[in-house]
This record gives sequence, structure tokens and C-alpha cells, in this order.
Amino acid sequence: MNRMTDTGPVPARISLEPTVAEASRRRRDRAWTWACFAAAGTIVFLLGAIVAMVVINGLRSLSVQFFTEEMFGYEEGGALAAILGTLQIVPLATLIAAPIGVLAGIYMAETPDGRVAGLLRLATETLAGIPSVVIGIFAFTVIVVPTQTYSAFAAIVAIAVIMIPLVARSTEEIVRLVPGSVREASLALGIPQWRTTVSVVIRTAAAGILTAIMLAVARGAGETAPLILTNVGNQSVNVGDLGNAMDSLPLFIYFNSGLPSEFLIGQAWAASLVLLAFVLVINVAVRARTIGRRAA
Amino acid sequence: MPETTARAKEVTAEPDLEEIEVRELIRVIPAHHARANDPEAGDLPGAMNLDAVSAWYGAFRAVRDVSMAIPSRQVTAMIGPSGCGKSTLIRTLNRMHEVIPGSRVGGRVELDGQDIYGSTVDPVRVRRVVGMVFQRPNPFPTMSIFDNVAAGVKLAGPRPDRPVAEIVEHSLRRAALWDEVKDKLASRAVALSGGQQQRLCIARALAVEPEVLLMDEPCSALDPIATAKIEDLVRELRDSVTIVIVTHNLQQAARISDQTAFFFVDEARSGHLVEIGPTSAIFVAPREQLTQDYVSGRFG
Repeated sequence: MNRMTDTGPVPARISLEPTVAEASRRRRDRAWTWACFAAAGTIVFLLGAIVAMVVINGLRSLSVQFFTEEMFGYEEGGALAAILGTLQIVPLATLIAAPIGVLAGIYMAETPDGRVAGLLRLATETLAGIPSVVIGIFAFTVIVVPTQTYSAFAAIVAIAVIMIPLVARSTEEIVRLVPGSVREASLALGIPQWRTTVSVVIRTAAAGILTAIMLAVARGAGETAPLILTNVGNQSVNVGDLGNAMDSLPLFIYFNSGLPSEFLIGQAWAASLVLLAFVLVINVAVRARTIGRRAA
Repeated sequence: MPETTARAKEVTAEPDLEEIEVRELIRVIPAHHARANDPEAGDLPGAMNLDAVSAWYGAFRAVRDVSMAIPSRQVTAMIGPSGCGKSTLIRTLNRMHEVIPGSRVGGRVELDGQDIYGSTVDPVRVRRVVGMVFQRPNPFPTMSIFDNVAAGVKLAGPRPDRPVAEIVEHSLRRAALWDEVKDKLASRAVALSGGQQQRLCIARALAVEPEVLLMDEPCSALDPIATAKIEDLVRELRDSVTIVIVTHNLQQAARISDQTAFFFVDEARSGHLVEIGPTSAIFVAPREQLTQDYVSGRFG
């Protein structure tokens, strides 16, 4: 009302023309958006380049023989021994690592303030950070040296040691994601603590725990250094004899790629393709599950 | 009730508009008065008694010396401003307060004359008799509607003497949800609407046949229509179970409760009981000025 009679200076009309500061902010915003996009693109490019290289080279050497025959000398055969070896070593390592990792993860998640849980968490982090070659040396020292032989058993233990902290850490994170309200609901129904943990909390987190295990499997399947130190010297099929060495895909790739034989190098590419496909299938399957769950 | 009316006249010679509104509100629900005078109600199970109950989180005392009776088969409303310890207090009634690390309860809480904090009493047992419904609906996310309701029966306690399916149907009917979900019992509970989820949580709590049902602001996350359904439900359930309900909604307390307890915070931020009485008395003629100010909306 007073405005009409106010004798003060007339306020300027609002202008929406960009100021210098606004224009500069917009330019910087655009530049950083592109920088982030380019960085993300680099990741996709690297993945694409590796996958393309392995697929192109691998497909050239992939044959029925690759899956059905052992290696004979330098010019003939396939990776049957390595495939069967990996199919034994990885599941057996998972059989050891999954229960230990899952239970430890649940313990850490369910007793978050305990001193023991804190120490366990520190130990898990540290174990996860130990280079796999050191774990290989460990298995070599405590199993291979006393038994006087390279063995699949030593490899399984080494791979399991690598997988345990991975499973434990992811399990802890996933179990922690179960909302406190779900625990409360269960306890308030008169469901005892242990039953709440087993039938409500773990059931709610089950899909995530399975994901954690699968990702650890993918990691364990590709570990090479511990195998070189624990499980070398056998290129024939070995089914079930854990006391002796057993070929496996990472070893097959490692040794054959270094040999002066076009055929064997090709076989190493094919093995790389199989291993890569295995890992990618696990990752994609896990991702598909996770996304499906989020949507639901 | 003549006593209450007399007091009402005496204290509020000139009732203001808000009070008249509340009084109207109470008049349309005659059930209040009938129940409070029912002599048989005292013999039914599910009566609780609090004697100097305090509750701590670490060194912080959230509830100080609350003594009150919760008569069986009635609706007791707990009202008061935020932070006055209502939710903490209600959680001491089924030993859910102690689930929080560092928490502690003092005083005595009796259920039908027995101390629920007695050294030989298993908290799991207490929680089966004193059920709870939370502020936000919290169905088990990976379980079906059926499994949610059956969870308490299947995962705890003695083997039920009736088929689980029968218990589930009965509980869903008691929670007024059966007709809406009977054709999709196998689908995920989280697909239901918020109001339906809350009634599902009520059904889940009822399935273990508690004598007391604690409701901690059960409608605060719900829209008015869903809220009305829960309120109808509370009125029906009070014939078969003792109900304690924490609410921020004064009209809700006036509509559904038989007795109302008003809590407030002191200088140390501890919640304490200011006044408890028949709901009509608390809203129309409270003894304390503080209660009067609160229920007439002068603060809080």
C-alpha cells in the first residue's frame, strides 16, 4: 500500500539474463560433466577392449576338442584336465569359504558394538588386503612342504583363504542392510533372538548373501598366483585325488601362453575365453538378480 | 460419570470453543463410559500395572518414575509432545526397550500381578503375551502375506493346536484385512498399501493371541482413510485384547480410548506422567493446567 506513495528509488525490474558468475558456473558444470562421462567411458572401453580381444582370439582356437581332450604334447589336445580341475577346486574352496565367511559376516553384523566383532572386522579387512601370492606362499609352507607334494588340497585351502574375507565382508554389509524394524518386528512377536537371526534376518538377506558368495567364486576362479605355488606339475585329468596336483584354467593359461607354440598359445586364449565367460556370467547373473529385486 | 461432569462444570466455568468440540467428540462415542464402569473387566487377563518405571538410554533418563494402571480390555491412550518418553515407555511394557544397547529399565511393570522384569521371566515369553505394532508398517519384506501372519506361530512358541491356515484367516479377519487379501495370500506383503501393511502387522501380532497389544503411533505413516480403518479396528479389538496406544493425534486419543495418560518433559528432558484419567475427564476437565493447555492446543 505504501509503495504507491513511497518516494524512494524505484526498484529495478528483475532480470533473468545470466550474470558472469552464472555463465561461468554453467561452463564449469558442463566441463566436469564431460570429464566424469569420459572417465566412465574409459572403464567401458577397457572392459570392451579386453572382452573383444579375448573373444576374438579365443573363438579362433575354441573347438570341441578343447572341452573333450587332455593335452598331448605340444600340438594336440584340449583343456579337459584344466576345466575339470577348476570345476573341482573352485566348488570345494567355496564349500570351505562360504560357511566360514557367512557365519563370520553374520557375527560381525549382529554384534556390531562388540569388541570381538571389531577385532574380527579388522582381521577380515587385513586378510582381504593380503596379496594372493603371499597366501600362496602360506599354503606352500604349511601344506606343500610338510606333505612333500604339490596338491589340489593346498590350492583349495589357498583359494578358500582368499574367498573367506570377501564373503565375510559382503555378508556383513548385506545383513546390516536388513532394516532394524524387521528385527524389532520379529522380536516383538516373541520370536527368540536366534530364530530371528536365522529365519527372519538371514532369510531377508538370503539373496544378497548368495550374491556375495557368487562374487567370491568369480574371484576365486581366476586366482593364479596361489595355484602356481601350490598345485603345479600335472596336465592329465585328475578327478577326486586331492592329494596330488590338478590342472586348472588359470594354470593352463599361465603356462601355455608362455610356450613357443602357436597351438598352445591359442589354447591359452580359448581357456581365457572360457574363464572370462564363467566370470562374466556370474557377474551378470548376480546383477540381474539384484536389479530384479530392487524393482520388486 | 456424574463426578466427572461436576468437575467439568467446576473447573471450566466458561468452556472455550475447542473444549466444546472435544466434548462433542466424546459424546458420539458412548463406549468409553460403559467400559470404565464394567465391574467384570477387572477379572479379565491382560491388566498391567506400572510402579515407578524409569527408562534410560545410557546415562540419559528418558522416562522418570511413571506409575499407572492399565486396566484389562480397555484402550489406554498415551499423549504428550514429542520427546516426552511415550514411545520409550510403551517399549518397556513388552521388554523391547532393553533390545537397544546400553538401555536400562527401573521400577516394576506387572502383568496380571507378575513382574515382567522378574529374574526368572524370559523376555521372549513376555513379548508373546504383550504384542506390539510399530510406527511404520514393518512386514517381513521377503515373506508372503500368509507367511507374515504365520511367522509368530511358526517361528516361536508351542505347536499351535489349530491348523496354521485357520489361525492366519482368523487373525486377518480380526484385523479387518481378510476380504482384501484372501485371494492373494501368496503374494509379497510389501506389495500392499501402507494402510493394508499396517493392518497386516496387526494381524501378525494378533496371530500369537496376545493379551495386550501395544501400538506405537500406528497411524502416523498413514493417510486419513487408512487411519480411520485402524481406529475402527482398535474399537473392535478392545473386547478381546487390552490396548495401549501412543498417539500424537489428540482427536484420535479422544475418539478411541477409554483412559488417557498425558506425559510431559521436565528440565532434564525426562518424560514423566502428568495426569491419567478417563478420556472424557482428561479432555474436558483435566486436573492439571498443563494438561488443559495441551489438550486445548495451546502448545505442542
